[in-house]
Amino acid sequence: MSTHTNITFSKEELARYNRHIIIPEFGLEAQQKLKAAKVLVVGSGGLGSPVLLYLAAAGVGTIGIVDFDVVDDSNLQRQVLFGVESIGKHKVDAAKARLEALNPHINIILYNTQLTSQNALDIIKDYDVVADGTDNFPTRYLVNDAAVLLGKPNVYASIFQFEGQVSVFNYRNKEGVLGPNYRDLYPTPPPPGLVPSCAEGGVLGVLPGIIGSLQALEVIKVVTGVGEPLVGRFYIFDALNFESRTFNISRRDDNPLNGKNPTITALIDYEQFCGVKAVEKPIKEITAKELYDWQVKGETFQLIDVREPHEYDIVNIGAELIPLATVATNADKFSRDTKVVVHCKMGGRSAKAIRELEEKFGFTNLYNLKGGILGYIDEVQPELTKY
Amino acid sequence: MATVIIPTPLRKFTNNTARLNIQADTIEKTVSELTFNFPELKKHLLDEKGQIRSFVNIFVGNDDIRNLQQEKTEVKADTVISIVPAIAGGVQ
Repeated sequence: MSTHTNITFSKEELARYNRHIIIPEFGLEAQQKLKAAKVLVVGSGGLGSPVLLYLAAAGVGTIGIVDFDVVDDSNLQRQVLFGVESIGKHKVDAAKARLEALNPHINIILYNTQLTSQNALDIIKDYDVVADGTDNFPTRYLVNDAAVLLGKPNVYASIFQFEGQVSVFNYRNKEGVLGPNYRDLYPTPPPPGLVPSCAEGGVLGVLPGIIGSLQALEVIKVVTGVGEPLVGRFYIFDALNFESRTFNISRRDDNPLNGKNPTITALIDYEQFCGVKAVEKPIKEITAKELYDWQVKGETFQLIDVREPHEYDIVNIGAELIPLATVATNADKFSRDTKVVVHCKMGGRSAKAIRELEEKFGFTNLYNLKGGILGYIDEVQPELTKY
Repeated sequence: MATVIIPTPLRKFTNNTARLNIQADTIEKTVSELTFNFPELKKHLLDEKGQIRSFVNIFVGNDDIRNLQQEKTEVKADTVISIVPAIAGGVQ
């Protein structure tokens, strides 16, 4: 951790942090540690929002934010860092404005980029703690491996639909004993397609608020040394049943990063590791503009929507509805005589449907609508409802 | 009968049931019984070789079966078994 002994506070800061300083177990020293600390928050979305708000409010002296995304109106259901005025802005810029309004006494450093194997070590090395709030397996493993290689604690949280997970990885306690990391818990990721992303599966908006707040709590404990951080323990929360459980986890000898015989000594290609590249057999694509041309010219083709019925009810472009899970059983409904354009919300599920139909049923006439219905709305029919 | 807690992402394969009571004396038999009753669970829990997938953790009480006797871990009538797959959501 960064040194804290010569940290001083202005009159305004002392007034601001008074409710921390008067807690006997916390005191001025913990507040000094917070001000001296450098915390990197990877992802400023659902989890990043509460993490950043609470860390900024708590007085973490230097906060780094990594995000390459732009604020979209579908973010506002859960990403409480942003408001209507943030839509269309880079998330890091909108986050900085909000956090500076909340606490002008802290330093915010922005990385308007995607974390990659090329830049991760360089970005993370300057920080004391990493808080991982990313949304995909390749970046999860990347953050984990970079934190382990650099010897940084990684405060992990993850959410899906109604379920949340929290743990503190790669933390060395006062006795010098190192705790487990993500690879001890999950040695390998699920193959692509088996676990849907939040963009496909959804997430209850308040869930990242709950789980991200727990993540912020653990960052503060790691930084200050107050309490027992969630090391060697793995917390899960089921919002549907309001049940939480805390499991014991431990380091494993076969961990390729820091087990008995480490085989990973540098960052790898995480897209490949997670199988993202391996299954990406090219499929035929059509852009929203090309589809519109076909429609205008009266070209013969079949249009199929593989989203769920409730999504279809929100907005549709007149396609025949065959949800992804039922595509194989309805393969006979896909024409073999004309071109078939398949779409979903953003293009991921329709690509899966096309691959399944090509592999199992030998279709050769299927086209994926690039960007899905959202892309079509942007390019062709902006008056339609986006979700 | 042991209680198996199904995580929310897999409940669509168990008729939205969160807790199932399974009559079995080991984890292996519990999983086998589960996948027999709910065949769609199989590809999410087991790989092609029939082994528990490495992105699915099974806990007996508070402990990871990998730190116990793996699939041979004993299950008693009052055992609570939790299935916890990896999830990656956070930003989007």
